Amino acid sequence: MNRLLLAAAALCFLLSFGYTLFALGAGKFRPARFNLLAMLGGFAAQSAYLYLRGLEVKSCPLHTLFDLLIFLSWSITLIYLIVGPAYRLSLLGAFTSPLVLVLTLIALVLPHPPASPTPFANPWVEFHAALSIVAYGSFGLASVAGVMYLLQERQLKNRKASPLLYHLPPINDLATANKRLVGLGFLLLTVAFAAGFISGLPVGGLKFGASGLIWALYGGILLIWRIHALAPRRIATLSVGVFAFALLLLPGIHYLSLQRP
Amino acid sequence: MEIRERFAVQPHELDSVLDEIRGIDSLNEAVVLSTCNRVEFYTASLCPERARVDLEKWMERRAGIRPPLYCHDTPRTVRHLFRVSCGLDSMVLGETEVLGQLKQAYTHAAGAGTTSRHLNKLFQNAFRVAKNVRTHTQITRGSTSVGSVAVELASKIFGHLQGRRVMILGAGETSERTARSLQSRGIQSVIVSNRTFDRAARLAEEIGGMAIHFDHWHKAFHEVDILISSTAAPHPILTREKLEPMMRERADRPLFVIDLAVPRDADPAINEIEGLYLYDIDSLQGIAANSRQIREQEVQRCEQLINHGVQDFVGWMRRLHQGAEFSIFDSRFSNERAAAE
Repeated sequence: MNRLLLAAAALCFLLSFGYTLFALGAGKFRPARFNLLAMLGGFAAQSAYLYLRGLEVKSCPLHTLFDLLIFLSWSITLIYLIVGPAYRLSLLGAFTSPLVLVLTLIALVLPHPPASPTPFANPWVEFHAALSIVAYGSFGLASVAGVMYLLQERQLKNRKASPLLYHLPPINDLATANKRLVGLGFLLLTVAFAAGFISGLPVGGLKFGASGLIWALYGGILLIWRIHALAPRRIATLSVGVFAFALLLLPGIHYLSLQRP
Repeated sequence: MEIRERFAVQPHELDSVLDEIRGIDSLNEAVVLSTCNRVEFYTASLCPERARVDLEKWMERRAGIRPPLYCHDTPRTVRHLFRVSCGLDSMVLGETEVLGQLKQAYTHAAGAGTTSRHLNKLFQNAFRVAKNVRTHTQITRGSTSVGSVAVELASKIFGHLQGRRVMILGAGETSERTARSLQSRGIQSVIVSNRTFDRAARLAEEIGGMAIHFDHWHKAFHEVDILISSTAAPHPILTREKLEPMMRERADRPLFVIDLAVPRDADPAINEIEGLYLYDIDSLQGIAANSRQIREQEVQRCEQLINHGVQDFVGWMRRLHQGAEFSIFDSRFSNERAAAE
């Protein structure tokens, strides 16, 4: 049943992505309603899965890499549903769907984790873990906005009319969305770190260093923005690159979380 | 044009015109569409021939000359209205302004009580067909003139244009038209610079902007979001060496450069500068031509959707009247007929 829910979520995201590719190719893209509905459907299926998984492990389902990927995918979808319509970035859902689809598919390939109860050491640890992944969700959406910025910037520089040029949002809006999502993620991650400190759980130097590095990289992006040290195109590239790096580090950070110093 | 002017109905006259039309016994319903490009009367009547004659007489009384009208029967009227609402009958293929004008005309007529079952149904169907056509075809895609392409690109860079500043280098006609297009979308601040200061001042006054001496245009550069250049300089005045330091001072604010000059005012290499987007007259015209071509390719699909709409409406009319005579017809001014007479 649980894997069926994940498969349903993956199907929703696949529909969204497939429709986008088909419609853009035919030059008649009407993004808002269909993509929003598909993302809502995927989110509902993911939420149902996480709820059932939470009942299995009797805590927030963040114990295995499988859990992390699903929770991350859910977080990205959550942030999109909250901020996407607010930013009127109608194509954001279309570009978010491949990312969450890939995360869900990777998780589906992994063996399903055991259903034994696995409580966290204390509620602050649970809060720290959950909020950290939601922060990653915001960074993920920022990287999606970054990709869209880079695409739109290329369209404008090439000076050719294309369906993508017409349907992508203005680059100023994309730059703003990128910045705000990085800012939101940074804030959430900072609060998550504070929760980690409050929990009193001992942390290994390697885990602290790796997590701190991600935090510092995003803090650096915000600082660069603040002092206008780099053009928006390079900042968009940075936000995509740092998220890719953070994704690569995530399994390692998770592994180190399971070890106790 | 002179003939159409005589019969045009100004917005402040619409109420009284509709009132007078309501007094024509042979006419059951009427909607008047009067724009800068067309004057059309959509009417419904049990006695179309008599109604046409009465309408002609009324127009002749109103304008003082015999109207060069041509009238269409129900299916052709319906098809014509649907084509108008979809922008297929407009000078700019696929333009959307006419749909708004149609809606206004219909709303006014409905408010004045000159519409009933037939025209209510007809116009609602027209709006639905227009929406269908817009949703399922690309007839409204892109922009078809240099000015509107510039506005569209500016919107793709900045989003909303309120609060953005434009600088015109070289007070030429094309620059002025482009600046006015941008002003129509919310740009309020325009700086004009020309080698002849008087000309810059004249244009600035006309468009509600500010003039500066040509030697000082670079001092206002940091405030500007859109730069329209159309000077008569024989060599580029916007070079990479000049603009790169200025762009660094702008932090991360993009700059949209529209080069309308021939020979070009802007060195193409400036397009490689971060945050600067350069479009010359060729690229703007290319985009406009591409949009026109796409729209033309969409006409057949639009006509198919319109055909469905016409069949639906005519079928509804037949079911409603079960063989009894009831006609909707439209009366329009024909320049050809006026010339022949």
